[in-house]
Amino acid sequence: MATAAAHETARSQPSGAPESADDSTAEFQRAFDAAVAADERIEPRDWMPDGYRATLIRQIAQHAHSEIIGMQPEANWITRAPSLRRKAILMAKVQDEAGHGLYLYSAAETLGTSRDELLDKLHSGRQKYSSIFNYPTLTWADVGAIGWLVDGAAITNQVPLCRCSYGPYARAMVRICKEESFHQRQGYELLLALSKGTPEQHEMAQDAVNRWWWPSLMMFGPPDDESQHSAQSMAWKIKRHSNDELRQRFVDICVPQAESLGLTLPDPDLKWNEERGHYDFGPIDWSEFWEVLKGNGPCNEQRLSRRRRAHEEGAWVREAAAAYAAKHTTGGPGRQSDVDGTTGAHHAANANGENVNGETGAKRA
Amino acid sequence: MTTTDWPLWEVFVRSRRGLSHTHAGSLHAPDAELALRNARDLYTRRGEGVSIWVVPSSAITASSPDEKDPFFEPTADKPYRHPTFYEIPEGVQHL
Repeated sequence: MATAAAHETARSQPSGAPESADDSTAEFQRAFDAAVAADERIEPRDWMPDGYRATLIRQIAQHAHSEIIGMQPEANWITRAPSLRRKAILMAKVQDEAGHGLYLYSAAETLGTSRDELLDKLHSGRQKYSSIFNYPTLTWADVGAIGWLVDGAAITNQVPLCRCSYGPYARAMVRICKEESFHQRQGYELLLALSKGTPEQHEMAQDAVNRWWWPSLMMFGPPDDESQHSAQSMAWKIKRHSNDELRQRFVDICVPQAESLGLTLPDPDLKWNEERGHYDFGPIDWSEFWEVLKGNGPCNEQRLSRRRRAHEEGAWVREAAAAYAAKHTTGGPGRQSDVDGTTGAHHAANANGENVNGETGAKRA
Repeated sequence: MTTTDWPLWEVFVRSRRGLSHTHAGSLHAPDAELALRNARDLYTRRGEGVSIWVVPSSAITASSPDEKDPFFEPTADKPYRHPTFYEIPEGVQHL
């Protein structure tokens, strides 16, 4: 997704070098504003305001981390899927989540951050992931509820992001949205099978929906009047609709879908409002949202420590692959085998480090 | 942080015979062979391709956005390169 030609990093300003720094910044700002106003896309090597870059890195990184952490609650059920069919589907879905994480990391890297830096910030808690993944998957029905509600909320959020003003992010979202549709439908089908099954299975499906409904509504973020970044992100066309607007859209979509499932949504205030043309719904417990965000959700600790452990335990694989690559590239045209494999590995790592940081690419261009 | 990032590769996918390879995205991999395998897993999970190219990102030379105007300028004043530039009498066929 990420890149157009050469992983274009755009730390440096264009080199046209007008007379004074102030003049040139103002000029670049005008070009940027005009592009955004005309609904054109901003591409990696274009000049962009520092705040725009920082906002995108924060948002895309959080999005990427959510995909990667989101593999855990569902992977929890792979070994216990009730049939080979369901197991194959679930494995494909979890693999997709990994893929989505990778598309998004690539998009973030076009803004001048590196993969290592992003992972490091996830592991040290300096960048967040969606708080929805700090809830546990207690039963098999949770796999269905996540597909229907969590992926459903994600799609509602993500479809407008396909028109985001930043090109690489928008392109990643197009690909992701195509794939998310399978995620949502498999979840819905899974819940339907349970809902139409034995009374115990029906009960299990209802219980999962009861637990996932409110956290799914919180996925859209705080109400508009309390959302820190919303107004600026809308002005930059990173975001196209407000949190409350998207939340309402999601509720309106879900009510009839729940009816078709034969399940209810756990909100006594949920009812059609003829005048507004929307469903009214009850107040959201934002104190729970802020608690989970602060790290006090049921699974925060577990998710991060498992993520860190997976990274550490995979280190030998990364090192072996790098050593193998070094051995086969440092020997020159004759491909002589490198007796001192370790030195080779270091050489390769250094050379590669430079490329990845985009310095070489920037200089060349 | 334990390692330095693996090099970056650009991935080009031919979606079916008869079409050219198109840029699909990028990925990190230690060498070309693993870049190909990772590209298959990342960009063709649903039969999106019949052929993949991977190219080290560092091997790509790109035009720079700030030279956009002079770099592409020679094409702007040559409308006679387009067939619609020419006036042909009505009724003339196969032209």
